[in-house]
Amino acid sequence: MSERYIARSRAVAARVLDGEVMIMSATDSTLFSLSDVATIIWQEADGRTPLSSIVKNRICPEFDVAQDDAYRDAEAFTERLASHGILRISDRPILDDEPPASAS
Amino acid sequence: MRAPRAHSGRAAAVAESAGVAVTVEIGGIPILLNAGDPEFCALIERRYAGFVNPAAKPRLEFDFELAPAAEPSDEDARVVRKGPIWFFHRGDFQAQWDTRSRRGCVRQSPNPYSLDSVLRIAHSLALADEGGFLLHAASAIRNGRAFLFSGISGAGKTTMTRLAPPDAKLLTDEISYVRLCDGGYRAYGTPFAGELARAGENLSAPIDTLYFLVQGSENRIEPTTSKEAAQKLLRNILFFAHDRDLVRQIFDAAVQFVSSVQVATLVFKRDPQVWELVR
Repeated sequence: MSERYIARSRAVAARVLDGEVMIMSATDSTLFSLSDVATIIWQEADGRTPLSSIVKNRICPEFDVAQDDAYRDAEAFTERLASHGILRISDRPILDDEPPASAS
Repeated sequence: MRAPRAHSGRAAAVAESAGVAVTVEIGGIPILLNAGDPEFCALIERRYAGFVNPAAKPRLEFDFELAPAAEPSDEDARVVRKGPIWFFHRGDFQAQWDTRSRRGCVRQSPNPYSLDSVLRIAHSLALADEGGFLLHAASAIRNGRAFLFSGISGAGKTTMTRLAPPDAKLLTDEISYVRLCDGGYRAYGTPFAGELARAGENLSAPIDTLYFLVQGSENRIEPTTSKEAAQKLLRNILFFAHDRDLVRQIFDAAVQFVSSVQVATLVFKRDPQVWELVR
């Protein structure tokens, strides 16, 4: 299985509201409100950390879920966000000069 | 389409006095419309009566080139930015606006519907730069405070304005004008009318509450979370362009608004008593 790297897109706006991350895609203006698990994935999407590491080191310990199940869910979630231009996915590290969007 | 003509302030004043230009001030943002044609100029003055202000110094300026009559279009306007210039067009108009000079030009037939659309787009872009927005909402002033009633078509915006008591001053039954001024939000009257077919009053007031309308069997106010408020607000902001910077501006403006203004759901029946809750 090849590694999957994810990076937050620069073409989004993100803010924390009521403790949840809200993201708006500049591509199609779709609005997302992220769950706790999705928020962690979003925050860790630095383009350098493999998705498998995010699941293993951040999701599984915090939510007490099986790694395989959590990885499958994470894959589906990242693909959905990528389809709206919110995340970028690659099989190699994504290295940009410009910092990606973060929630404030 | 011709490029915008260069005008000095004096030339604009001469054009206004000659009856071929008119300054329309909506939301405290004056726009000089160089109609170029006395009949079209007169149409603009009638359409925006109450919002014409020859004494105002224009912040934006548009030159008009009149095209043969065309049916107003139902399609969505397409708005794109190329560098510093915004281009907006629909079947019945083409326009461009340079953000550096704050001047633009419009080609349209001499009808008020196309002009309404051009002005809404221009105002929404100008407002986004300063944290404001146009909102699908009726609004009115009561006891010196503005109340907004937002919802999609059929939610009851016009109904709320029809039920309003005599002391409520109508700002609009269709498109509310929201500006961030001195750290607070104000609502302004607009000439953009819905089913009521009546322009709002050219007044403004600090915003007290934004209500999202839900029709029901009784009148009551329900709280709403900031997250829910932001989601609903974003669905109702007039938003013409899928531009990265504009999306950020609008998103930030919506979040900022719901963080600083009271937002609630107003469940109402078609009964004037609902206004007892709005004061």
